Amino acid sequence: MTTETVSKKSLLTPFNVITGLILVMGAALTVWRFGWGIGAVTNLDNNNPWGLWIGFDLLCGVVLAAGGFVTSSAVYLFGMKKHHAAVRPAILTAFLGYLFVVIALQYDLGRPWRLPYPFVVQSGTTSMLFEVGLCVALYLTVLFLEFSPAALEWLGLKRLRNLIHKLTIALTIFGVVLSTLHQSSLGALYIIAPAKLHPLWYSTYLPTFFFISAIAAGLSMVMLEGWLTHKPLHDKMSEEYLAQHDDLYFGFAKGASFVLMGYFFIKVIGIAVDNEWNLLGTGWGQWFLFELLGFVLLPSVLYAIGTREKNLKLIRWTSLLTVLGIILNRLNVSVIAFNWHLPSEMRYVPSWQEIGVTVFVCTMLVVTFKFIATRMPIFYDHPEYKDEH
Amino acid sequence: MKRRNFLGLMGAAGVSATLATKAQAGGNVHFEGYPGSRGVLFDATRCIGCRKCEIGCNEVNNLAKPEKPFTDLTVLDTARRTENEAYTVVNKYDQEGGAPVYRKIQCMHCLEPSCASACFVAAFAKQPSGAVTYDESVCVGCRYCMIACPFEIPTYTYDDPITPKVIKCDLCDANIKAGKISVPGCVNSCPKEALVYGEREELLKIARNRIGANPDKYIDHIYGEREVGGTSWLFISGVPFSEIGLREDLGVTSGPELNSGALSVVAMVPALWPLLLAGVYGITRRTDKINTQEKADAVAQAITETQDKANSDMKAAMERARNDKEATVKREVAKALEEAAKAAEEGDVEKEEEGA
Amino acid sequence: MEHAFYTLQDFLLYTKGWAYILMGASLVVFVAYWKFLFSRDKD
Repeated sequence: MTTETVSKKSLLTPFNVITGLILVMGAALTVWRFGWGIGAVTNLDNNNPWGLWIGFDLLCGVVLAAGGFVTSSAVYLFGMKKHHAAVRPAILTAFLGYLFVVIALQYDLGRPWRLPYPFVVQSGTTSMLFEVGLCVALYLTVLFLEFSPAALEWLGLKRLRNLIHKLTIALTIFGVVLSTLHQSSLGALYIIAPAKLHPLWYSTYLPTFFFISAIAAGLSMVMLEGWLTHKPLHDKMSEEYLAQHDDLYFGFAKGASFVLMGYFFIKVIGIAVDNEWNLLGTGWGQWFLFELLGFVLLPSVLYAIGTREKNLKLIRWTSLLTVLGIILNRLNVSVIAFNWHLPSEMRYVPSWQEIGVTVFVCTMLVVTFKFIATRMPIFYDHPEYKDEH
Repeated sequence: MKRRNFLGLMGAAGVSATLATKAQAGGNVHFEGYPGSRGVLFDATRCIGCRKCEIGCNEVNNLAKPEKPFTDLTVLDTARRTENEAYTVVNKYDQEGGAPVYRKIQCMHCLEPSCASACFVAAFAKQPSGAVTYDESVCVGCRYCMIACPFEIPTYTYDDPITPKVIKCDLCDANIKAGKISVPGCVNSCPKEALVYGEREELLKIARNRIGANPDKYIDHIYGEREVGGTSWLFISGVPFSEIGLREDLGVTSGPELNSGALSVVAMVPALWPLLLAGVYGITRRTDKINTQEKADAVAQAITETQDKANSDMKAAMERARNDKEATVKREVAKALEEAAKAAEEGDVEKEEEGA
Repeated sequence: MEHAFYTLQDFLLYTKGWAYILMGASLVVFVAYWKFLFSRDKD
């Protein structure tokens, strides 16, 4: 059906050409990385063992995929039933987000084929990374199950689809538990390194910061994605999805605004309990305030204005601002303010190959998303299951 | 304790649960470390920067020979760190108006190692001997140990695509256990007795004695006694430790201790979130149900009311119709009677007219 | 076998192992228990 209409058009669209070039480059980098080792393609060294692949691909990838648990719990648990059409796009994004986080991780791990070792060979239960690994593995499974009804409807496997559909509530609760755990544990990863992370970003509240900001990121990503997919996938969207779309924006913007305000205060409390006020006057302090005021407090207020004035455009741009702010925060913790004590010539700057692999992974995500969203019932209800909610 | 087989340990736990030991005492637990565990005392006032310890380490561990020979002391002019080919290095720290001070660096063999706390396959372990060892056979290569190490000691063989691994000093634990040597390579080759290998408790006593005997010569502090929870390597020096590259801002909290707070919260999340969320879901569903019920009741009531009204209307209409009908009949009857009467009257008049 | 723990790290490694097993168990039990709790309800 859809495949035919796609193939009839010329394949040489700018999107396809650029995508193709990136995929070719990514394939070459993949061979380079696995053939010659991590050292051949990265600027990682003994002082800077984690770079862009952890800071962006893992930390940002996971936090930006928080839309899945936020949306599904809002709709199925907290009674925002009228927005159920927003669940599938959010679940799909989250599933692909986590899937490609795990794929990107293969590049960073020294021996990726040993990834199951913590669970099958020897468990380092004291490690925050053990917790992250366990929860990401389980949550990927949960997301796969949550997403599978769409694929099963597409494939026409009715009985299996109905069986999984019955598990919706249990899966949603599992999703919240696992998300809470690993979103916060990603922050907790850095609790063991107070000597390396700048004190303004280091806090024993790091897990809480990461979790609360993940909620704001999740809400904002759902809005941002709705905006970005609106045009290219418009003909795939059901009237129901489109009709409640604006309403969803106002609801989610309200939520994000309030969560960001809470996040702002716990960040300030973090400074207060560690008595780091004097550090705010330093260069690092200004960078910290730039993040806190420009990417936490400002979007909170803009969201509030946007929903009060029913200004859709403002809300959309604010969602972008919020997402950029979360990315900035994760990069600050993992790369920019990490190892701040080292002299500048020993600091880490990603190599072009590292950036290339990151772009490659992101491109694969977009292509996969497009492939699935143009074929499976994501933005619309499958006609056979229309009234079931 | 052999930790390779976690599940085996779990099975054994059932037996041991009845045999509580002092170390297991619940609640306010406190651990003193392995009794009699060994370490090394480094005395910076004795080190002459000859790099003999580097040679000893290199030979005992069969490491690749460096580009510049160990006898080349110009190497000391640039600050160095541990590398894949050098488990230990000596750095030179120039002093204003005095002879330079040298400091050896290698794994500090923490009493509560951050690397072990960070490792998600438990590849690192504090041995009863005092060494912190690394097991390459389980290492996934995440390099979180390198993030966690406050002394920036572990290195990684980034250029190996197939079997990359973490590298660090093991206090010659493997060699000593194998009976090849009895003292770590570096200690054995030090010509100035700047290094002493022995039980940590003894080393602390030696250090205190040296400081006590020469209070003007030494800073009154044993670096490593309490830093990050204590280390098996101990340093004493005549100049402030921060001047010989030993950070004084690391604090006295160990990695496992730093982690323990966040770790303890972990267990509460899967226990409490489902209760809360199931509650919220239950309430949402109940609210929905009540709303639906109320709606249904309202609809039913509306229907009944409408029906009642319709019924009564109908009844009224029927009544009216019956009344109307009766009225009509009455009227018709009356009309007929009237007409009959009229006709009779007319007949009478006619008769009267006829009769007249 | 007797467990004497000499380091906090070993103690945590052991106790957190149990904590993880119990976390998994709690999630399974919660689902089953919820079903049991509501099994007599009509809808």
